[in-house]
Amino acid sequence: MAAIKEEVQRIEKCFHCGDRIEETGYCLDDHDFCCLGCQTVYQVLQDGGMQQYYRYNQHPGKSNKEKQADFSYLDEPQIATKLVDFKDDKMTIITFYIPAIHCSSCIWLLENLYKLNPNVLQSRVDFMKKQASITFNHTLLPLKDLVYLLVNIGYDPKITLQDVVKEGNKNNLNPLVAKIAVAGFCFGNSMLFSFPDYFGMGAFEKEYASFFGYINLAFGLPVLLYCASDYFKSAYVSLKQKRLNLDVPLALGILVLFLRSAFEVITQTGAGFTDTLCSLVFFILIGKWVQQRTYYHISFERDYRSYFPVAVTVLTENGDKPVQLADIHIGDRILVRNNEIIPADAILLKGDAAIDFSFVTGESSPVSKTLGEIIYAGGRQTGEAIELEVVKPISQSYLTKLWNNENYKDYDKHFQTFVNFISKYFTVVLLAIAFFAALYWAVDGSANRAWGAFTAVLIIACPCALALSSPFTLSAALSIFDRNKFYVKNTAAIEQMATIDTLVFDKTGTISSPKATSIYFEGALTTKEKKLLNATCRNSSHPLSREIVKWLNVSSDIPVTNFKEFPGKGMTAELAGQVVKVGSANFLNIGKIKTDGSVVFVRIGDELKGYFTMEQAWRAGLSALIEDFKPRYDLHLISGDNDRRLDALKLIFPSAACLIFNQSPMEKLGRIQKFQQEGKHVCMIGDGLNDAGALRKADLGIAVSDDINNFSPGCDAILDGESFSKLSDFFAFSKDAVKVIHMSFGISLLYNIIGLSFAIQGIMSPLFAAILMPISTVTIISFTSLMTRWYAKRHKL
Amino acid sequence: MEIMYILIGCSVLLALVFLCAFFWANKSGQHDDTYTPSVRILFDDEIIEEEGK
Repeated sequence: MAAIKEEVQRIEKCFHCGDRIEETGYCLDDHDFCCLGCQTVYQVLQDGGMQQYYRYNQHPGKSNKEKQADFSYLDEPQIATKLVDFKDDKMTIITFYIPAIHCSSCIWLLENLYKLNPNVLQSRVDFMKKQASITFNHTLLPLKDLVYLLVNIGYDPKITLQDVVKEGNKNNLNPLVAKIAVAGFCFGNSMLFSFPDYFGMGAFEKEYASFFGYINLAFGLPVLLYCASDYFKSAYVSLKQKRLNLDVPLALGILVLFLRSAFEVITQTGAGFTDTLCSLVFFILIGKWVQQRTYYHISFERDYRSYFPVAVTVLTENGDKPVQLADIHIGDRILVRNNEIIPADAILLKGDAAIDFSFVTGESSPVSKTLGEIIYAGGRQTGEAIELEVVKPISQSYLTKLWNNENYKDYDKHFQTFVNFISKYFTVVLLAIAFFAALYWAVDGSANRAWGAFTAVLIIACPCALALSSPFTLSAALSIFDRNKFYVKNTAAIEQMATIDTLVFDKTGTISSPKATSIYFEGALTTKEKKLLNATCRNSSHPLSREIVKWLNVSSDIPVTNFKEFPGKGMTAELAGQVVKVGSANFLNIGKIKTDGSVVFVRIGDELKGYFTMEQAWRAGLSALIEDFKPRYDLHLISGDNDRRLDALKLIFPSAACLIFNQSPMEKLGRIQKFQQEGKHVCMIGDGLNDAGALRKADLGIAVSDDINNFSPGCDAILDGESFSKLSDFFAFSKDAVKVIHMSFGISLLYNIIGLSFAIQGIMSPLFAAILMPISTVTIISFTSLMTRWYAKRHKL
Repeated sequence: MEIMYILIGCSVLLALVFLCAFFWANKSGQHDDTYTPSVRILFDDEIIEEEGK
């Protein structure tokens, strides 16, 4: 039974991309495909002898249902030169960002491109960065054709203005790695040279003692001057600003360690603490490195430039010509095709404009415009190609202004982290203990012991474990979020997340999914009429027709004669002696009817039966999520859309929630500010450009995106739409992560107290320090990693 | 026991050579992409196996 079920499921999946097959008809070589795009890719690969692609992974492709973009602008040498890495007479090297790279088949196929086209000389994939570096012969294979080759096999490169603008971010060598290497090298060596002293030396070996001491000191010098230099700089800056960060006691500890070691070696009174110094710097540098984790393939700092296309088609007397955006002038006539974005404020000259502004304003339904009306930049045309005349340059258009608005800027967030908070007190207490111990022994009359106790306190209480606790906890949390498709910008943002007490949601695209629509029918249909309608709509491949067929949920075998489809308008069919007309109000000559959203009218015979309305459906698990949040958070909704779904939302949100509609981007920002003035810690959860200001203003901005490679506004975290229902778990887990930091702080304090009890007596031996330091470090690292993962398991993350 | 000084000198020198080797590897980009080579190395084997059939 199970086997049969599995068999059925297998057949239902597209051979190329693994999506469910909703309509049959695409079949080749006994393989079913979900769409023509997938089948074409299969055929291209089959013809090129690349069947291997399907052998490494099941369903290695990505869905190809989305419309293809126009790449004709790549023929413009001006644009092309900005994209390529290197070019000479014979060959060009270019690096593409290809979001579709996701499995080993992708690597194999892209690195074997030369088999498909011999003019590709070499290609190399960087899987983590999702980049492919391709060397090709541009005399035989123009750049545009190379891009089309990639598009044909389902690997559309993402080319945006920000890529064009990108400055060579290559060879960005991390000096931290070099510092860690040097510190590790010195640590290992100085430890070896300290062993003889720890194990005790015979009388005849004493002559080596000072030699080992000087060698150790030589290893300590680069650690002090090179590896630890950042800590001294940071401590200096923070002292200058009269606030104490954790780098102050760290730098103090490092300096005292070196000075005391140098003093002991030179005066030959002891072996010094160089190995402790090296291990300390080595460990805290590793902590820093762990914290600096970056996402290569996700950008949190995107701006409008990556939202706009690279080029736009300008109509000139000599025909169409792609022009890069920066060269668009007032008065240019531009052509915007279906699914393209309007790059500048322009007047509509020709064509039926139905502009989808959902990303810019939050309105969920396309706005139709009449000839001569101004269309603001940022909208996406749905329907036929339109002609426009540019009235404002890109730099001054509505969207760009919105983005460059002063109020949107200058929100450099300063997250108050636990470590920053605690380090003030820590430093003061530490210094107090050190001076007290020194004073005690000085009064007692032993200056040596006073110096010993003073330095020992500063050495032993050096907050190495404390400096490691939050990087290790939070980076473990970061990778757990990452696994659950929640991409947080940095570790400080997780701590910020734990302080949040107010959640503000956007509506369109955030709590509703642009991919899922639900359909409603106003009117009444008999079963027979349903069958007629089904027979009609079945013939159309328009997404709305498919939705209607799904909604009708009847089967019919009524033969259809004289079926006609009018793109963008509707369709007619004759069947069972009746004429069925389905389409827009204009198409059915109904006249103006006040409706919202996409509306499809139905007429059977002479009678108007009613109309279908399409709405974005709520994301899966929305009600449960809100229910989870209710007891612990204030919940609000601010939408740029109208309030037509207020009743449905009232049922989901608690009664205390503010549900505000028709808000402009600036008003959204203002609302967030108002909540903050009430002393709330606000998290904004939005998706579009209209939320950009609010996302930045809020204490924490989370952008929801169904495809993380697509454009999302600048924010602190990006949430994949799939994981939307886990949001409450994410918030709870962030609180636990902070709890782990507090606990590990307790542990490191315990170690400090043990160490201090010896240190204030002035009897700390180098061996004691050399053992205590690594032990406390290892304890903290393993404790934080284990506890964080344990909490994650409890939240089922 | 003067040999100790020479031995220690040699061992430190050797360790320095390894440190330099690490710097060179880091600079030449060997650590830029630590994942893809692990996948890439598997491809050739499978093709050979297939041809053998």
